[in-house]
Amino acid sequence: MTLRVLRAGLLATVQDLGRAGLQHLAIAPGGAMDAVSHRIANALVGNFRDAATLEIALVGPELAFERDALVALHGARFEPLLDGAPMPVARPVLVRAGARLAVGRAVEGAFGYLAVAGGIEVAPVLGSRSTYLPGAFGGLGGRALQAGAVLPLAPDVAEVSAWRFERLARGGRTTAVAGTTATSVRWSAPMLTLPATDPLVIRVVDGVHAELFDEPSRAAFLRERWRVAADSNRMGYRLAGPKLAAAVSRDIQSQGVCLGTVQVPAGGQPIVLMADRQTTGGYPRIAEAISADAPRLAQAAPGTATVRFERATLEAADAARGELARRVSELVERLRWEFGDEVH
Amino acid sequence: MSPRRDATGGRRRFAPRVVPAGDSALMLELAEDLDLDANATARHVAEEVRAAGLEGITDVVAAIVTVTVHFQAASAAQAAARREAVGHLLLAALARTGGAEDERERAPVEIPVCYESRFAPDLAEVAAATGLTAEEVVRLHAASAHRVLMIGFVPGFPYIGGLDARLAVPRRASPRPRLEAGAVAIANGQTAVYPFPTPGGWNVIGRTPLRLFDPDRDPASLLAAGDPVRFRPIPAAEFERLASGRPAR
Repeated sequence: MTLRVLRAGLLATVQDLGRAGLQHLAIAPGGAMDAVSHRIANALVGNFRDAATLEIALVGPELAFERDALVALHGARFEPLLDGAPMPVARPVLVRAGARLAVGRAVEGAFGYLAVAGGIEVAPVLGSRSTYLPGAFGGLGGRALQAGAVLPLAPDVAEVSAWRFERLARGGRTTAVAGTTATSVRWSAPMLTLPATDPLVIRVVDGVHAELFDEPSRAAFLRERWRVAADSNRMGYRLAGPKLAAAVSRDIQSQGVCLGTVQVPAGGQPIVLMADRQTTGGYPRIAEAISADAPRLAQAAPGTATVRFERATLEAADAARGELARRVSELVERLRWEFGDEVH
Repeated sequence: MSPRRDATGGRRRFAPRVVPAGDSALMLELAEDLDLDANATARHVAEEVRAAGLEGITDVVAAIVTVTVHFQAASAAQAAARREAVGHLLLAALARTGGAEDERERAPVEIPVCYESRFAPDLAEVAAATGLTAEEVVRLHAASAHRVLMIGFVPGFPYIGGLDARLAVPRRASPRPRLEAGAVAIANGQTAVYPFPTPGGWNVIGRTPLRLFDPDRDPASLLAAGDPVRFRPIPAAEFERLASGRPAR
């Protein structure tokens, strides 16, 4: 059972939670840029957290459903059209065979997640279904979606979808989607990684090499409103603004870097390392974005969004991480309840 | 560990230290500069940390002179506890492990390399820069006792130390836009082998028909940090035979 790709959009890739445990072979963890929205999209269709979704950057694809399928679009705010009529987002929608979904442009944020009941069933590579574009493996042949491609779904997607939607319907809060053959529910899940304020405020702890930068550069890093450059991608977000200078110039031996590491190459233009980052780097690290803010940073749309960094302590970073984990698991629990206990 | 100068100009040893790298990793720094003894220590510490199997650790990355341990946590208390446990584990592993003198002897991984000119665009320049003939460059490269210092940059990309000191050349002034997969290149006292066609600034002196990285193979990476390596010169005919014999991607 498949989802046919009529138009590719800008950059849609199959993603899951990524590949853990392979960084010593320089294999990036990868996975969803906004892992929180990916997880909620999965929960909205009754999937486990490790199911693969379609990650949609900025301009979405147009897809044709060959079978009935329970789907949900979460993350960046799109205004999708289902057979030409608005499709509700952030909620489960039972789409009928033959329907066409045009995801359209993101009106807020950068990355949306389209989850389908049963997951997108591409073959795992190195333990993950995530597309790793720099290595050209994982996902759908290691590439972004192309027009004419088919996304494999679970063989019993129609049955699983019907069964899950029936359970949702027991609450009685279902509704037809006007102008379409689809059915949905009267509630929706909150967005935990939006709104994308301008500037987006991202908390950072001091980088491993913060002391190598002169005081004006450290102050400018925290004061400046940085534009996320248009040539940013899943590997890193380039920050356009003043050039930062390292006070002490010394060679740094290549070392392990992290999601959210802010490194400053010789040109002085900082780069925040994202999901498909290289696993090691030799540029000085002025700061490290806290992990709770990584999914929010992912939603800063390259080319338009601006970001300001705010210094935090490790304790504050831990507290924020705990708070986000609590909010996500509470939401996921609530969604499980909507499906009834048997689903999970 | 490599000595460095302090503010008074005197020499002192770099004291290994554990620092946070963001809120989800700790890094053990063993030295500031390339130091084969510190590199061996980093790899041995990484092995110990991996073997300890501490819950929540996702990745242990031994680099040139550092070990980075990535962990995950679902609450503030768990993050703090894991950070503390990882810090102790790193220091305990450091206390237990030795450096280069504790290197285990094993058979080197043999990498066949064709050094003929069509695969070696920079060989003549390297020869000129080092005052050697191309044949001597090849002989010294094949005779050096190489060892993988770390895997980084792109999947399966080895930084290989042990290059004969007579082959010390810097990176090229301007990087080439594309090095072929299998390109064997030297710079800064090290050898690299490119797993994918990528831009690169190292001096290409040959090419191997082996696939350094294949996501469908187990293990996916031909080399791991610590592997001894020997480069074996092969003629173009053998290169072609080995290259065609490899499984289709």
